[in-house]
Amino acid sequence: MSVLVYTESENGKFKKTALEVASYAKAVATQLGTTVTAVTVNAADTSELANYGVDKILNVTNSALEKFSAKSYAAVIKQAAEKEGAKVVVVSQSADSKYLAPLLAVGLDAGYASNVMEAPSSTSPFTVKRTAFTNKAFNITTINTDVKVVGLSNNSFGLVESSASATSEDFAPTLPEAGVTVQSVDKATDTVTIADAEIVVSAGRGLKGPENWGMIEELAGVLGAATACSKPVSDLGWRPHSEHVGQTGKPVAANLYIAIGISGAIQHLAGINASKVKVVINTDPEAPFFKAADYGVVGDAFEVVPALIEKLKAFKAANA
Amino acid sequence: MKILVCISHVPDTTSKINFTDGDSKFDTNGVQYVINPNDEFGLTRAMWFKEKQGASVDVVNVGGAETEPTLRKALAIGADSAIRVNTEAKDGFQVAKELAKVVKDGGYDLVIAGRESIDYNGGMVPGMLAELTGANFVTNCINLEVEGTNATATREIDGGKETVATSLPLVIGGQKGLVEESDLRIPNMRGIMMARKKPLNVVDAANAEPETASIKFEKPAPKGAVTLVDAGNLDELVNLLHNEAKVI
Repeated sequence: MSVLVYTESENGKFKKTALEVASYAKAVATQLGTTVTAVTVNAADTSELANYGVDKILNVTNSALEKFSAKSYAAVIKQAAEKEGAKVVVVSQSADSKYLAPLLAVGLDAGYASNVMEAPSSTSPFTVKRTAFTNKAFNITTINTDVKVVGLSNNSFGLVESSASATSEDFAPTLPEAGVTVQSVDKATDTVTIADAEIVVSAGRGLKGPENWGMIEELAGVLGAATACSKPVSDLGWRPHSEHVGQTGKPVAANLYIAIGISGAIQHLAGINASKVKVVINTDPEAPFFKAADYGVVGDAFEVVPALIEKLKAFKAANA
Repeated sequence: MKILVCISHVPDTTSKINFTDGDSKFDTNGVQYVINPNDEFGLTRAMWFKEKQGASVDVVNVGGAETEPTLRKALAIGADSAIRVNTEAKDGFQVAKELAKVVKDGGYDLVIAGRESIDYNGGMVPGMLAELTGANFVTNCINLEVEGTNATATREIDGGKETVATSLPLVIGGQKGLVEESDLRIPNMRGIMMARKKPLNVVDAANAEPETASIKFEKPAPKGAVTLVDAGNLDELVNLLHNEAKVI
């Protein structure tokens, strides 16, 4: 009756969220007095998982799974859960995992709690805390089915190292007709995505135009951060919609969110509430964002950001 | 093509979020309800299919009588008829099971739902509905074309987008991008008058069971005041982020 965790990889390498969901699965397994089994798909090297509490790894290697298919991946995880007799299945909240989780829940006839923030406060009944109202509140939820699916909000639990010696075996589940065929993928491969990022650098209309985003990208580069933007910026076409943060855009649960030239509309603040530390740089001391921020700089972004880049470069050099 | 658009009745995006009854229920006092923004993009795309390709468009909501003004608004925007499944669902799984019955009874080719509602943010109803009805499924959908029984959709992925080919019957989880925000429709007087005459059918629930239960709500702890750093002393900001916040 192990806890099963789906550990996502990209180009054979585990995403950071895979290690986070493994850490979470270990915490749940400890509470339940059981073990953790990870299911991997086309991962090149799975040895890292043992460092995060995984006891057993089911390796799925199949060229038909090279491109993501929610239906096929859900079928893989379902069959792994059934094979292991898993009572709890943990997935991340990446775009792909959010896509497959509802299909998996129906397949397992399992209750599904998404956007979960913490380890269960109780395992009987199985009680979790999740975000609701676009991060304006939390909802304490019990999952009442025999099998449970938990979607862990990215960056909420963190990485917890835990030495274990994992056994590994090949697993060859039956794949269904996918029904959906990927024709093309348009993805920047050399930048950090908002979903994976621990730090997000976001800018708004205060930047005055798309030509001024160079310094935002440079700041993000120094910090190893993802870039993001406010809704007006995406509406104006200065930046792609995939960078739009807010109630109708992407939620951000980063460790550090730096907002530059963003006034802080309620819909934007809802999207970033789950971030732990917020820094605001804005010329207007009355900007509502200052009320939501931990640290603030009242000043012109065109002066503050280049200076901050230099200070951070010096800090990085001194702490390398 | 027969289209069903799933409509969530949600608090307006600017609503203050408060709770009542020992923090077990959302406090509706003073709250304006709207069509879930993600559903609104889907409804507008459905109108495009109606006008360009002769599709019929029904809208559906699972909820009590208080959701009818929201369904009437969808009718005023141009939907042909509305269905209200008369129950107050306790979770997304229950909503999906109730909707599955409507989809099967109505023989819909395309079901458009929002990728998630902005109240409970579960993001589960469209996928569960697809799985329960045996339809193909694409979520985070930012473009959709249908020719005959073939469909091409573009969906947002982490760090980009991908285009997929699929076929009807199809369920999509739509979002901003499915149509331009400037193309969203506001009901005009003629639409509002016509909506009064359009059918709004109340159907009994299938009495599907929820799989989860909401116990209570909590609000984030009040935040302390912002620490302001002088623009001429950014070393201090770096110092605070490193030593106090420990995020760099």
